[in-house]
Amino acid sequence: MRPRLQLLSPELISRILREAFELLMNPGIRVGSAVVELLQSAGVKVYGGVARIPESLAQKCLASVPRDFYLYNRRGDRAVHYGGDDVQFDPGSCCVQVLDPEALEARPSETRDLVRIVKVTETLPQFAAQSTAVVCTDAPGEIGDLYRLFVVLQYSDKPVVTGSFSAEGLQGMLDLLAADSGGPEGLRQRPRAVFDVCPSPPLNWSEFGSHNLLDLARAGVPAEIVSMPLAGGTAPVTIAGSVTQHAAEALAGITLHQLAARGSPIVWGGAPAIFDMRTGGAPMGAVETAMLNMACAEVGKHLGLPTHGYLVATDSKFVDAQAGAESARSAMLGALTGINMISGAGMIESLACHSVEKLVIDAESIASAYRLVRGVEAGDAGRGETLATAMFAQTGLSGEFLKLKETRSLFRKEQYLPSPVIDRSARGSELPSNVFTRARARVDELVGTYQQPSLPEAVLQKFHTIVERETKRAGAAALLA
Amino acid sequence: MSDPMFQAMRQSIIDGAPDTATELAQQALASGVDPLDAVNQGFAAGITFAGDQFGCGQMFLPDLLASAEAMKAAIKILEPEMLKRGSQRETLGKIVLGTARGDIHDIGKNLVATILSSSGFQIFDLGTSVTPEQFVAKAKEVDADIVGVSALLTTTMAGQKAVIEALDRNGLRPRVKAIIGGAAVTSKWAAEIGADGFSRNAIDALALAKNLVGKGTASA
Repeated sequence: MRPRLQLLSPELISRILREAFELLMNPGIRVGSAVVELLQSAGVKVYGGVARIPESLAQKCLASVPRDFYLYNRRGDRAVHYGGDDVQFDPGSCCVQVLDPEALEARPSETRDLVRIVKVTETLPQFAAQSTAVVCTDAPGEIGDLYRLFVVLQYSDKPVVTGSFSAEGLQGMLDLLAADSGGPEGLRQRPRAVFDVCPSPPLNWSEFGSHNLLDLARAGVPAEIVSMPLAGGTAPVTIAGSVTQHAAEALAGITLHQLAARGSPIVWGGAPAIFDMRTGGAPMGAVETAMLNMACAEVGKHLGLPTHGYLVATDSKFVDAQAGAESARSAMLGALTGINMISGAGMIESLACHSVEKLVIDAESIASAYRLVRGVEAGDAGRGETLATAMFAQTGLSGEFLKLKETRSLFRKEQYLPSPVIDRSARGSELPSNVFTRARARVDELVGTYQQPSLPEAVLQKFHTIVERETKRAGAAALLA
Repeated sequence: MSDPMFQAMRQSIIDGAPDTATELAQQALASGVDPLDAVNQGFAAGITFAGDQFGCGQMFLPDLLASAEAMKAAIKILEPEMLKRGSQRETLGKIVLGTARGDIHDIGKNLVATILSSSGFQIFDLGTSVTPEQFVAKAKEVDADIVGVSALLTTTMAGQKAVIEALDRNGLRPRVKAIIGGAAVTSKWAAEIGADGFSRNAIDALALAKNLVGKGTASA
């Protein structure tokens, strides 16, 4: 039996959806001009930039969303499964700062930082996907979104969770991916990346967000709705109320997306959080934030959709006990909910800063979460497998379990064996005494074992052509000398 | 403060009770109390208390907003009489506010506007996604003391720099002070773009604005 957690009763999910459909009509959804015509041709009334989407249309659009899909690695293998109860993790994105491990201060993130994060992520099986984790402030800001992907694709074979910063920026990113996947059709058949697309709370699919939804739907590249109600700030203060707003925003996004291209893959995702009534910030490590993510995903799962959430992050400014507690707790909760893609690992300071040292610590929490959801295995009683008696038949009262062949063959399955980041040694042993020091050593070790994928020269050439073209289009300073 | 009426006024603001504040303001006018005294000795004392309580974690943003709403309600009643008497409440200064170009997130900016205006600043709120030119034009038009630019996103923070550059180009600084705010804004960024100050929340913004117009107190 796989252990699971369920916060919402079926009755409550029904109420949430009922009210979410009501919100689609009243007050309606603010939409960008890019989608007005599309909505009107489907019979939706749009006045003053506000669309009133009838439930019947939203239901029809829901019905055409694929229940599951895969992301592929560079070799063309299925590497991430969106759907069912499968759980996968990727590092959080996309802040502009990293925690300097020497100075223990935040500093602007640069290309070398992104490369280091990508290398570490590449070597860790806990991360099924990469993310375009940080903005490289040493590259021109106008093509910051494209440049991140350009870097990640050069250093990774894994699928990528990414997103564009503008309506115009998306095409260049799709072109990069297509160049790596044998053209747009190859990318559609074997998508390498999923694109986060964000509505603006409350109930607003802005020009940029709606535009991205349409373009992704038409390109057949998976979109991931990242709706982020802030309970009490930009959304109703209650968890149930914010989940209802999230559902309305996601339903509206799905409607726009499916109207543009029926059957295109899209994820019911989000980064909901509570609104901190002291600071006005969004505490990502709060247990209520985890509850919001769980509840939003439960609604998506009830609809049979692929899901996403934003967990494994902390509000602490350091990689300390608070960071560990908040991140490990939410990794467990997300896994127990069966959220398909959980973003956020490595992030500190309420998503304002990235730490690659935290990433390797989070990897241990994630591994523990995976162990937890594998549950308690008890053998097959029907085939005469016993829990303990067969082993006692061998040991009697001697207590010599360490000698049993069962012990040797099963302990690796029964126990997750942590990396040296986790200290279980006796006092006085050789291991450095604090987790941050051990994490730094682990990062160095992983970077040392990392091997860069070799891209065909023709693909690299195409990458450079696209980056040059986009640099000119955006009027940015030349990047590649 | 010993006057029970002033005490009630102060309390109505702390309680965030606009109806009570309105009633007390009306009573004050009916009984011939100087409206300026009602503000300074009654209602404004409530706002100061609320700000202090927020600062030490005893009151929270929803409480503070309710206090500001109550203050607005009281001022609305008292203002016509103050104008009549030519005893307009002293304005701490004129502040032009808006979010940076491309940024539609205005929750922080609105909080700042509410807190600053209830504390005696005159606020000219340009709304969201405001261009540098709009900031400059408004600052000239109203002879602003401070221009405040808010940005939530790391991608729109560049807009704050653009506003400061535009203020410089138009020769408005250093007379007009430029301040920035937003979740991702840091002291480093503020220094890098030459801002006159930055703040991460509305109460700090109040202290910052008071200091910039020379009305700050050591405790503010």
